[in-house]
Amino acid sequence: MSVKTRAIRKIDAVKVPSDDKRWLIVAAAMRKHGSAQSALIETLHSVQSSFGYLDDIALAFVAHSLRIPLSKVYGVATFYSHFRLKPQGKHNCVICMGTACYIKGSVKLLQKVDQKYGLKVGNTTSDNQFSLLEARCLGACGIAPAGIFDGRVLGNLSPALVESQLDSWLKESTANETKSPS
Amino acid sequence: MIDRKITQQISSAEDLAKVAAEQLEWQAQYQHRVFVCMGTACQSVQSGAVLAALQTEIKNKGRENECLVSPGGCQGNCASAPLVSVPEQDLLYQTVQPADVEEIVDALAGKPVSRLLCDNKGDFFSKQNRVVTNHRGLLNPESIEDYIAAGGFRALLKALAEFSPDNVVQELQKSGLRGRGGAGYPTGLKWSTVAKARAEQKYVICNADEGDPGAFMNRSVLEDYPFRVLEGMAIAAYAVGASKGYVYVRAEYPLAVERVTKAIRSAEKHGLLGNKIGSMSLDFHVEIRLGAGAFVCGEETALISSIEGGKGLPCPRPPYPAESGLWGMPTLINNVETFANVVPIITNGAEWYATIGTPRSKGTKTFALSGRIINTGLVEVPLGTSLRQMIFDIGGGVPDGHKFKAVQTGGPAGGCIPEEHLDATIDYETLMELGSFMGSGGMIVMDDSSCMVDVAKFFMQFCAAESCGKCVPCRVGTAHMHDMLDRITKGEGTMEELGQLESLCDVVKFTSLCGLGQGAPNPVLSTLRFFKSEYLAHIVEHTCPAGVCAPIGQDIRRPTCALSP
Repeated sequence: MSVKTRAIRKIDAVKVPSDDKRWLIVAAAMRKHGSAQSALIETLHSVQSSFGYLDDIALAFVAHSLRIPLSKVYGVATFYSHFRLKPQGKHNCVICMGTACYIKGSVKLLQKVDQKYGLKVGNTTSDNQFSLLEARCLGACGIAPAGIFDGRVLGNLSPALVESQLDSWLKESTANETKSPS
Repeated sequence: MIDRKITQQISSAEDLAKVAAEQLEWQAQYQHRVFVCMGTACQSVQSGAVLAALQTEIKNKGRENECLVSPGGCQGNCASAPLVSVPEQDLLYQTVQPADVEEIVDALAGKPVSRLLCDNKGDFFSKQNRVVTNHRGLLNPESIEDYIAAGGFRALLKALAEFSPDNVVQELQKSGLRGRGGAGYPTGLKWSTVAKARAEQKYVICNADEGDPGAFMNRSVLEDYPFRVLEGMAIAAYAVGASKGYVYVRAEYPLAVERVTKAIRSAEKHGLLGNKIGSMSLDFHVEIRLGAGAFVCGEETALISSIEGGKGLPCPRPPYPAESGLWGMPTLINNVETFANVVPIITNGAEWYATIGTPRSKGTKTFALSGRIINTGLVEVPLGTSLRQMIFDIGGGVPDGHKFKAVQTGGPAGGCIPEEHLDATIDYETLMELGSFMGSGGMIVMDDSSCMVDVAKFFMQFCAAESCGKCVPCRVGTAHMHDMLDRITKGEGTMEELGQLESLCDVVKFTSLCGLGQGAPNPVLSTLRFFKSEYLAHIVEHTCPAGVCAPIGQDIRRPTCALSP
């Protein structure tokens, strides 16, 4: 990290790490808040929504642009559970572990995923197909147990329902593979 | 989508009345109005598709000039989602599918579709008293025009024109409103402290970081009534002399974030937020700030550090935020529901508000009913309603022939209340006496299939994971308590350890820095108080009476393998 960081330190505040268009969104988010140091969390949100996760380059860029020590940026990024420092799978499955969902058996959903796909919370399948995450509470307690599948909230889940959803993602990917010329 | 948009600036009460009258007139040209709930629960079961299907159906039938279909807010009974309401017939349709829309449209003038009817006269609806959610979802949450037509922003302009800032504070004090975030601090008193503080800049913060697992009232209020929360904040800004406000929302509530952002923009466009509101002296700018998944940020000082861009670590109080808050300035910080209550208080008067509730807990409170209960969803009842009425009349009782065991209120800082105390009333003091807590309003019902030791362990695991680590009792204590509870659920606990658990609870409760640590032992203490027999069953008999830690009748200790050394 340190070598990479030193290299990035040299970047000018306005100069983005690469010509990836998504950096412009991040730079715009910072400008919107006048590049104030208090905009750190908002900026990290914009990095994550553009890139999916926060990597070392992004953290160093944000630290440099907002004139905040990298240690503090790293501290904030790891303090909040919403920020992810690892890349995520193509698809995203979040299971709610709030009280209502827990009472209604959300643990069984996680067990099913572990048993069938060998995937534990916070991890991604080795083929990068999907990531399994847990949420503190989605506020969808009326339809517990609930989960989010690629941004879509689904309620009244059963292990079988979760399985069929995950299988449909896998099927879709194998279908894509056979289609591709390679 | 057919919608009417106004463009004019609203600079006086007359303007507002004019806009309201025009909007009502526009609405009246439609003989039939239909609302489709667009809350999170309904959207998850495709209410968006139902809305689109209804609009297409009406277009295909050429009835666009007589029927208006609008997105609406939460009706409360999320268990029967998606919900479609037809106000002029006073009908509520439940579990509506896109295939059902033709029948619904055909039935608009005639006989209702009986197979989809939801009993909207039953106990679930009739025993509620809706003050905060008074529009019952019959309001397009994204339309400022609809909100104005329903009387919106009248309270703000009334306060600006007829009240001095002092009068507003006095009105709040007379109403007896107490903080709806859980602790129940008198709102008027908080406002007067901020109003009295001398500073160049003051802030108003709306705490929408609803982190309690099993609570979604604030999400619903923000999603359905974003304008009302903003109006309440603006009245607060006028009363305390603030010119800048923040709404701190969890990132986990994307719909609420979207609606509040839109609401801020549209209120600013019409001169109801920003500079010189209503052509009067009030300047009030509101920004939205996203949380990032830290439960501790619901604590006011932690929330303030998070808005400042840092880690959400709490600070010792005093000084309270009312004296030294955001960037060291006097800051008024209230919960979403507290702000939403301000509008009806100003509109109808403090005396009216004070007639609802109990002598010490005034007004109504929204609750999120969930868990093992038939009618899950959002309800609003006057404070002083008994738990039994709440669970058995409104909630419809426990499903599948199971037996009620406990109700958990107050989130991870709350406790579990058993059947013998069900006649207790819901108010700040009574819940506290029972070792629980009002909290923001989560109410999770458990039946005989829940193991209370396991539930205590669940909450402790939550607190241990969410502890920010700043103070030792919370950081170390919660982790130790979780280990002890874990050992008990595995049949490895001893009676001696049970005593140690109790004394550790006391240490953490009385020495932690903020509410997270101070409340963390409550689930353990309350289950020990009311369900000690379950702990004893785990420790002495090595069984789990509910069959959670191991199937009923089986030993909960890990089976030892004959081959292992």
